[in-house]
Amino acid sequence: MSDTAIALRSAVSPVTETRAVRTTLIALSVVVMVLFLIAPLIAVFAQALNLGLKPALATFDDPDAIAAIKLTLLVAAIAVPCNLVFGIAAAWCIAKYRFRGRALLVSLIDLPFSVSPVVAGLVYVLLLGPFTPIGAWFLEDFGVRIIFAVPGVILATIFVTFPFIARELIPLMQDQGTGDEEAALSLGASGWQTFFYVTLPNVKWALLYGVLLCNARAMGEFGAVAVISGKLRGETVTMPLQIEIYYQEFRALAQVSAFTLAAVLACLALVTLMVKTWLEWRYADQLAATRSGH
Amino acid sequence: MELAIRNVRKEFERFAALHDVSLDIRSGELIALLGPSGSGKTTLLRLIAGLDFPTEGAILFGDEDASFKSVQERNVGFVFQHYALFRHMTVAENIGFGLKVRPAATRPSKAEIRRRASELLDLVQLSGLENRYPNQLSGGQRQRVALARALAIEPRVLLLDEPFGALDAQVRRELRRWLREIHDRTGHTTVFVTHDQEEALELADRVVVMSQGRIEQVGTADEVYDTPNSPFVYSFIGESSSLSVRIENGQIWLDDRATGLLAEGAPNGKAALYFRPHDVELLEGGAGIVGTVVASRRVAGTKHVELQIGGAQHRVEIEVPATHSAASAGRIAFRPTRWRLFSDAGPIPYQAAPAPSVAYAPAPRLQVVAS
Repeated sequence: MSDTAIALRSAVSPVTETRAVRTTLIALSVVVMVLFLIAPLIAVFAQALNLGLKPALATFDDPDAIAAIKLTLLVAAIAVPCNLVFGIAAAWCIAKYRFRGRALLVSLIDLPFSVSPVVAGLVYVLLLGPFTPIGAWFLEDFGVRIIFAVPGVILATIFVTFPFIARELIPLMQDQGTGDEEAALSLGASGWQTFFYVTLPNVKWALLYGVLLCNARAMGEFGAVAVISGKLRGETVTMPLQIEIYYQEFRALAQVSAFTLAAVLACLALVTLMVKTWLEWRYADQLAATRSGH
Repeated sequence: MELAIRNVRKEFERFAALHDVSLDIRSGELIALLGPSGSGKTTLLRLIAGLDFPTEGAILFGDEDASFKSVQERNVGFVFQHYALFRHMTVAENIGFGLKVRPAATRPSKAEIRRRASELLDLVQLSGLENRYPNQLSGGQRQRVALARALAIEPRVLLLDEPFGALDAQVRRELRRWLREIHDRTGHTTVFVTHDQEEALELADRVVVMSQGRIEQVGTADEVYDTPNSPFVYSFIGESSSLSVRIENGQIWLDDRATGLLAEGAPNGKAALYFRPHDVELLEGGAGIVGTVVASRRVAGTKHVELQIGGAQHRVEIEVPATHSAASAGRIAFRPTRWRLFSDAGPIPYQAAPAPSVAYAPAPRLQVVAS
């Protein structure tokens, strides 16, 4: 009897908790997940389909809604590539070089995280509005309005989503050091060849995560865009703003439209997640190789 | 390819990593840069490669001044301590990389690149592993691939930075012999960095001993071992004992006792006497240097005895036959048979010891000789 007890005890790893503790912890995380992640998602879809499928689909007959979807996609399509380039450049500088002001640059990259998006939007309004020198110059010489127009929305989105890609790349690039690059150069590769054949493949997974996060945030950004866009319906209103506009209307149909658009936004996020999961599954061996390479 | 390093100085943010280093490397030679960490050996190698640039001085490839040529222009094969293999490329792709990135005019065809890669894999004895990824290889195999990759570009010089530093002792010894074979077969001028004196002495035609950003001595394994020209080389390579002595009228004195060693022509004053523990003869009676046995340990066929001489001031180690009776306790008198004096001003011209009356002949030791 005591022998089996000893055998059982020794079979349990010293870093494992007792069954009761494990069950409690798991239950707790499941409850939190359902309450804070899954339930809201279900609520969004439930509200959208509250009056049936037809009223929900009627949302897409509203030109304002279509304009909002188009603008959101346009903004993401411009902001994400911009931040891809900026993010890689910033991460490259910080991870591979030592220079004066490097620490300052690291903190600057985090600025959009620490500053409230509303403040960021306001700063742009104050800096680039039509009655400021820069704003007036753009307006008079080029006929381009920045604030309360699409360029402002794009600028604000770029600002808010700037850190995502750089933040994802910096630790990895720092960890990898410059050994591979030096090897490529010593083998006769040019700077660009080194970048495209060696540096980029080494960070491509981190880059993918960064792009996905950046994209999700670019499509969902509310605060900065709300301030800078002026909420001109059908012109500068993105999906999150349109959702809010619908939601404030207090008509049953507008409520449905609000949640339908919210559901579309949620779907976009879900698709992104699915793409990421699929890529991870598809290239599992490659992922393992890059992680345990050294 | 002959290399010449002329009065090179390298500073990193005001810290000087190399002071006025000059070195000639002969064509086809296998030369080792040996020194403790911080001696500047890797810095020197990187300067030769063009991965760093000298603050002052010049680096010549043959007659051509390469000091400020880029690493690509220098066409050197560089092997890194941690391999630096491209982890997302197969072994064959890694080896062919240097050929693939050539400009279109000089780039071989894909089939040719593949052929060259498998040829080099043969050379490094890894045929059949073309399609493996680096993380599927052992450390020794990775370093072989790294060498094959460096050889693929037909480099003018082969540079290796602690190539075996990350490997375990057994693999290290094998690869050492193998590198020597590859070198003899390909005939590349090869410079490698190591902190392992055994590796340097066994492998290299010539050894460059470095310390604190300076070259201490350049010579064959025999030269640096048998005639070290500085206290640093004496103590860094092999085992050594030292005593602070006084020279008076061509005689060497230890405290108030004459040691019986003669240093004719040496200036009077303080000096340090260096000798190898095995280059000693034991004396009967009170002649020579007398010490009290403090500790003794058995090392293979001999006994290493630690002696205290003249109070607690001096401690030296000498080697005696394992059967020596005084090895465990009591007093031992000895005299170095090969030794060297260093004053503060530098080495004093080498002095042969007086013809020894051999009390015991040191056991023949296994000497590492570079072939």
